[in-house]
Order: sequence, then structure tokens, then C-alpha cells
Amino acid sequence: MSSIAVSTTINDDDVEFLCQPDETLLDVLRNRLGLMGAKEGCGTGDCGACSTIMDGRVVCSCLVLGAEAQGKTIETIEGLANGAELHPLQRKFIEHAALQCGICTPGFLMAAKALLEANPDPTETEIRFWLAGNLCRCTGYDKIVRAVQDAAAEMRGETA
Amino acid sequence: MSFDATYQNKSFNSVGTRPLRPDGVDKVTGRARYGADFNMPGQLVARVLRSPHAHARIKNIDTSRAEAVKGVKAIVTAADLPDLTDGDAGLFAILDNCMAREKAMYDGHAVAAVAAIDQKAAKAALNLIDVDYEVLPHVVDVDAATLPDAPVLNEKIFTQGVEPTPTMPSNVANRAEFGHGDVDAGFEQADLIVERSYKTEQTHQGYIEPHACVANCNPDGTAELWVCTQGHFVYRQNCADLLGLEASKLRVTSSEIGGGFGGKTHVWAEPVALALSRKANRPVKLVMSREEVFRASGPTSATSIDVKIGAKKDGTITAAEATLRYTSGPYAGMWAELGAMTSFACYDLESVKTVGLEVVVNRPKVAAYRAPSAPMAAFAVESAIDELAHKIGMDAVDFRIKNAASEGTKSSYGPVYGPIGIGPTLEAAKTHPHMSAPLGENQGRGMACGFWFNFGGQTCTDLNISADGTVTIAVGTVDVGGSRASLSLIAAEELGISYDDIKAVIADTSTLGYNDMTDGSRGTFSTSMATISAARNAIEVMRQRAALMWDIPLEDVYWEEGHAHAAGTKHGNRAPLSVKDIAAEAGNTGGPIAGHSELVADGAGVSFATHICDIEVDPETGSSRVVRYTVIQDAGKAVHPSYVEGQYQGGAAQGIGWALNEEYIYGEDGRLQNPGFLDYRIPVCSDLPMIDTQILEIPNPNHPYGVRGVGETSIVPPLAAIANAVSNAVGVRMAHIPLSPPRILAALNEANG
Amino acid sequence: MMVDVTLWAGLRPLADNQKVVRVEARTIRELLRELEDRYPGLAEPIKGQVAVAVNGVIYRNDWSQELPEDAEVLLMRRLAGG
Repeated sequence: MSSIAVSTTINDDDVEFLCQPDETLLDVLRNRLGLMGAKEGCGTGDCGACSTIMDGRVVCSCLVLGAEAQGKTIETIEGLANGAELHPLQRKFIEHAALQCGICTPGFLMAAKALLEANPDPTETEIRFWLAGNLCRCTGYDKIVRAVQDAAAEMRGETA
Repeated sequence: MSFDATYQNKSFNSVGTRPLRPDGVDKVTGRARYGADFNMPGQLVARVLRSPHAHARIKNIDTSRAEAVKGVKAIVTAADLPDLTDGDAGLFAILDNCMAREKAMYDGHAVAAVAAIDQKAAKAALNLIDVDYEVLPHVVDVDAATLPDAPVLNEKIFTQGVEPTPTMPSNVANRAEFGHGDVDAGFEQADLIVERSYKTEQTHQGYIEPHACVANCNPDGTAELWVCTQGHFVYRQNCADLLGLEASKLRVTSSEIGGGFGGKTHVWAEPVALALSRKANRPVKLVMSREEVFRASGPTSATSIDVKIGAKKDGTITAAEATLRYTSGPYAGMWAELGAMTSFACYDLESVKTVGLEVVVNRPKVAAYRAPSAPMAAFAVESAIDELAHKIGMDAVDFRIKNAASEGTKSSYGPVYGPIGIGPTLEAAKTHPHMSAPLGENQGRGMACGFWFNFGGQTCTDLNISADGTVTIAVGTVDVGGSRASLSLIAAEELGISYDDIKAVIADTSTLGYNDMTDGSRGTFSTSMATISAARNAIEVMRQRAALMWDIPLEDVYWEEGHAHAAGTKHGNRAPLSVKDIAAEAGNTGGPIAGHSELVADGAGVSFATHICDIEVDPETGSSRVVRYTVIQDAGKAVHPSYVEGQYQGGAAQGIGWALNEEYIYGEDGRLQNPGFLDYRIPVCSDLPMIDTQILEIPNPNHPYGVRGVGETSIVPPLAAIANAVSNAVGVRMAHIPLSPPRILAALNEANG
Repeated sequence: MMVDVTLWAGLRPLADNQKVVRVEARTIRELLRELEDRYPGLAEPIKGQVAVAVNGVIYRNDWSQELPEDAEVLLMRRLAGG
């Protein structure tokens, strides 16, 4: 199979890469572009550890072909912080001890970012259903939900 | 130098606070490197060929067609992993599990592996390996495997622990018995007896990170392994033993670990990756797929348990008995034995007898899963206890309080307890607001208790003080859930300096002495003890340096709150010297300042928990929902309370999944039907409520700060607590875990006649 | 000092089917050595399969632990954890 040339935007950078027609976006990010923050937990779209944002929508990058990135805008965990300044979600995850092993954390953060962009003031139930595509085996989700609630409040300007 | 680990009642400055974890930024920015996030120059990709049969003799493996595939650099089979185990049955089981030798023992058992320049070539080669199987009859069910006509997995297994030794081989590998008193006499004294059989299905630890490693064998006999593991020193020993390497020449680095829960306590594919690297003379990366993780790694036992408990009308238990059958996969384990030991550990019993039967079946080799074997035993026993309380007409909590073990109780597994937390967790449950909150329609409330031993073990820690007075601690127990934060707190406490001045790292096997793995809830217990010891040794060095700086006798220097002080007034009221002051002069007072510690952290404190939960059952579909959940557990001392809460919540969530959803489903052909997260459903965010926690602190007398270890006990009570809640909701005793909708619906239909 | 050591069921066939063995020992190490000398069949399990409970505290490694007067001593199997 011959490779496909793809031009895309990743974390505000113009990026070009070659990939095989059957190569997933996850493999491209991890193996070709050195963006290893997205994790492969299942490869079948069930765990959400590879969540990235494509044109504003959360996607499992293991279910997207690299070639589909052509002309799209992709956000990954590597672009979430603004330089040395962590995104409020990143800070709140650390403050609330919302991670233990941390393998699911990049996926949760990207999914939560998309949530708060779509809905700045989600209820607990809305948070729980939005994040239902991201598996965490360590925390029981309690502290994750609290971290998202707290980050949302801060982003709405409700806390100091 | 011996270390006095006796508990000292003191107030804390750092311990018990909730600072930010040191690895937090790496983990929220995607920079933390897990097993699959590491690469080496010239690295090959490995894939493993697995048996599609539950039980089959391997008559021949022909790799010639696969070898011809362009890009294939090495293929290994069992022939490349000769048996060097020298009669060690445990090690042989690990070897045979890594690569099937004479027989494939379960669906997913590795039979060959390929290293190639890319995935495509490796996959193509796998398809061209010809394995000639003679398919044999199989058995996967725990009870079916014990029947006289069951296919025998291993002709060399004759039940151990039975006198006289049987003359016929069977699938019952071992019988273990525990207890004391006279149960027959005890049951005669009983006014009421509950007797029931229970079953639990096999579950997987379900860590989100699949097993992954990068192996590199050099022609000079040295080797490296980068791997996600709960114990890199144990992996080093396993791999060195199986490959005939010298342990000191194999350097194992533990990556960040994406969950383990017991499933990463012994090797699976790592020896295969090393064998491929040795054969190809190139680095090899091996990452399991999720399907491989389910089919070939991890799971816990499926069980079948009979329980009989008798009590007087006043609520005194007179006798308790259990027979516990646990699957161990194709190799003998000690899982039933652990179940037999833990089953009645919460209670003070005059007469108790438990028998554990280890059953081999054509399923993957069982690995430890968080308080291994205890949740199933607790499910059976705590269900029967609940049923008995109902029969007597006593409150379920009061009944347990009346019979709870306490200091001085002879435990059901032998030893006499020191100070323990079962009574206090029950008292806390009794007065907890959750206990008296009103229930809605179709809701039921359940509660249950749980026990785990907790371990100590061999531990080695280095504490180095830099010239600027900041401190590095290098530890050898893998951080699975925040222990770098808690160990930094411990070092800060002991040295009397700020948490922010300490950096904890996990050292590799070449830079630190041997450490047991992070299992048995030992990580923080053991390594905090070694860290305290190392800090005290460093303080001794700093006292010597202060004496030199002041030019006064050592005995006139004492250490308090992070400073060396000159005793009394005879040395002219010298200003105390801080760690930074002393570190700055280190080069002129004898060189670098460090404290080391090598010790055996024995004396781990046993751990108890009581859980309360409310379940709502949909009477039309049989589906159920956890509406409220409370965990009460003794921590001894909570070093970093946020991560203690996290352990309580995480264990409860795993237990909830086990109780309601998770199970290995096998077809008639012995093949696993649901090796993926879609069909093996672990709890997702929308399945659960907030999980309330209450930390009790009953100090462990054998740790300077009273630490017990908190990682495992929280998974023990949920199966029973949920079963009790559902039973109360539907009015039928639920005795088969998981309580999936079809099982609940069947119970509802039974109740409604 | 004499101590009574309780053996777990699996060890008893290796020690003339005794449940409790009385030995003279001041430490766990002396105790294990004495047991091995008297019942050579116990040497194999003692080499890596045993833990020793002394007055309720389980020792898996520290064989230098001294045995208090009238200590309650049990040999137990070493356990696996998660």
C-alpha cells in the first residue's frame, strides 16, 4: 500500500505527515509525530484513553484514520496547557487528586475540555454521562467529577 | 543497624496534610512515560501467537513459512525458552504460562512469538506459523472441574494436603484447612443455622494500560528491560531465572504504571520479549492488545463456596464453617487457601473450620487481584451473616458488633489479633447518617465487612541531600497510586523540612538494592519505614557535620524540627543549623550527605473495613443502580488523606463492577466470549454515585507513625454489601455474583411466584 | 526457652503428623533451624514458603525476631497480595 500525504493542524501548528491508508490517527500521533500523551487502552473505542478533539468534537483517535485528519483541526493533551500555565482542568485534577495511575488522565482532560466548551455549567449527571466514554479503574470517578465541577466553576469566574 | 519500628504517639507537621503530588504535572500534560511510551534505536515490534483452543496438545510448530516473511527478524517458541526452573513449580508455571510447552492450557495461551521491523510484517508472519494441535477435552467451570468425569488437566496433580495422598490425579491441586474449636459441637448449641452455597464469576483487574515492555539483550550478556510492573526487582529475578541471565546484568526500569491491582506482580510476556531480543540481537518492543490482556493475563478466581453458620437466639455465633473452591487457571496456586484464611477473619468465633480447595481449569493463570481471594469469601460469609441476622431478628450491624473480633481474639486463620479496627468501623457504620437515611421505592440497603492481612517485606531506600539542602529519595517500590507524595511527606516529617524540598523517584534495579514489589498494600507501609530509617541515618550524619562546623563534641548536638542545635549554654547559644546550612558546607565537612536504609518491614497491621450501600432495582428489567455508597476503613495513619480516600473509592468501584456487571463468559468451545471493554463492562462514570469515605486511624503498633497500608481492603466488602442490598430490595437471597440484570430478573420472578 | 509452634495443616505430614511441636529457641531463626534438624522434610517449605506469626504479628523475613516468653507461634504459608 502506498502512503498518503496529509496536511493538518495539531495544537495550532501546521503539520504534514505520511501515513498508511489503514493507519489510525492514534498510531500517527504516537509513532510518527511523537505525541504520546494519547494512550492506547483498547484500540476499539471503548476506553477513551486516546481521546483527542477533532474540529471541536471529542473522538477516540484509535477509531479515526490518520488520513481523515486532512484539513482538520486537532487538539491533543500536549496542547492543553498554555506554555507553563496549566489549563484550569489540569490544575484541578492535581488539586483534587483526580488521578492515581494517570493513564486515563489525558483522555479525561480532553473530553472534559470539550464538555466545558459545549456546556460551561454542567450538572453532576451531565458530567457523568459526558465522561462515560472514558474508563478509569483507579479512582471510582468521585474525585474526577469534583475536579471537573471545580474547574468549571473557576472558568465561569465563580471562584477566586 | 537495627531500626526500632515501634509506634510513637506524636503530633505531625507534614503527615496527614494534602499537598500536590510530585508526578501530577507530568501526568496531566501527557509527559509521563508508561510502558508503551518508550522506544529504542533499531527497535523491532513483537507479536504473540495464541492458542485458539482451551486445551490442546501441541504436536508440532512449523515456523519456516513465517521466517521467510520479509522484515521478520526472530521467531521464538518454547524451544527458545528452555526449562531452567530446576524443580521450582511456581517458576515453572510462570515459564509455561509465558510460552506453552507441551500443551496449550487455555484459549489465549501463547505458543509462539515474532519480532519484525513493523506491525505489518509481524502480523503477516503470525498468520504463517503452522501449529499442529491435538484438541483435548476441556473444563472451565469450577464445580464441573471437580467432578469425577472431568477431563484431567495435568496427570501429575494429586491433591496435596489430603492423607493419604490420592492415587488418582485430579483437578483439585491442594486442600488447606484452617480453624479451631469443635464446629460439630458448636452447631449443636445453635438455635438457628444458615446454610447456603454461593458462586462468583471470574473477573479481571481491568487496568487501563495493557502490559508493555521494551527488551534489549546485548551479546555480552547484559540486558535491559523497560516495563510497566508492580515490582521491577521481582521481574528482574523472574526474567533472569527463566532466561539464564545474571540478575545484576539485567537492568530493569519500571515505567509509570497504568494500573496493576495485582495483575502486574509477575511476568507475562517480558521473558518472551527478552528471548526475541536475544535471538534477533535487536531491541524488541512488545505491547499486548486489550484482547490479549483479557485472554492471557490477570484474572482472579471463579469460585464456588458453601457456608454454614449457627447462632443462639441472643445473637452469639456458636460455629462457622466454609468450603471454598477457587479456580487457579491451569496451574496450582494458593487462592482458595487465602479465601479460607480470610473468610471469617472479622469475627470472634469459638469454633470455626474452613477448607480451601484449589481447582485447576482451562482458563488463564490466575493472578493476584487486590486483596486476592478475600472478596469472594467475604461475599459468601457476609451474605450468610446477613441472612442469619434476619432470621434471628437482629439488626445486621448489631449482630456483627456482637460477634466482631477485637484485640486478643484468636483469628480464624490462627494468630491472635493486636489492636484492630473491625469493631470501630462497625460502630462508625451504626451511627453514620447513611444508615438511617430513608430509602426510596425499589431500593434496598446492605452492609458488609471486609478484612485483609497487609504485607511488609524487603525494602531499600536511599535519601540524598543536595548541596542546596533539597532532598532526593530513591525508592524501589513502584508508585501505583500516589506513594511518591506520601513518602515525600514522611521524609519531610522526619527531617523537619518542607515537602516542597523533597523529590521522590523510583530507582531502577541497578541503582538500588532489592525491593519486594508493590503488593499486599505494602508500598507506603514498608517504604515509609525505610524512608524514616534513611532519614534518621541522614540526621545522624548531619549531627556529625554540625559538630564539625561548630567544633564541639557530637554528643552536644541534638536534632529538632529540621535543625541541629547545640546543647545547653556552654557553646554560647549558637544559632541552630538548618539542613540547608549543613548541606552547603558538606564538601568541607566530609563530602556528600546521605542516609541509606535496608530493612525488612515486618509487622504489617491487619486492616478492616465496613461498607454501606443503597441499590435501586428496576423491577421490569432487573437492572440495578448504586444510589449511595459509603466506605469506612481503618488506615492506621492516613499519610496523604486524599490518596487514602482514592484507594477506598477505587476499591469500592472495582467491587461494584464485580458485584453487578463483570464476568468472564466462556462458550461451549472453551473460548472467551467477551475479551474487550465493550462486552466486559467495568463501571463507567455514569454508573456510579459519589463514594463517601470515612478514615479511621487505629495505629499499627509496629510502625513508627502507625501506618497500616490501605490499598486492598476496600475491594473486599462491596460484593457482599451489594448482594445484601439487592437481596433486601427484591426479597430474595442473591447467591450468584455478578448480579446482572438476568439474574436479578429471575430472582424477581421467583419472588413474585 | 521452650516454645510451642503450631504447624499449618500442609506441614503436619512432614512432621510426624504433629500439629504442635515444642522446640527450644530464642529467635525465629533458631526455631526454624531446630524444626529443620528434627524434621528434614520441613527444610524445603521453610526455604521460601513460610511466614511465622509471633503473638499475632506475621513475620515473612525477619528471622532475627526474638521470641517473647510464652509466645504464641504459628508457621503459616507466605501469602500473595495484590
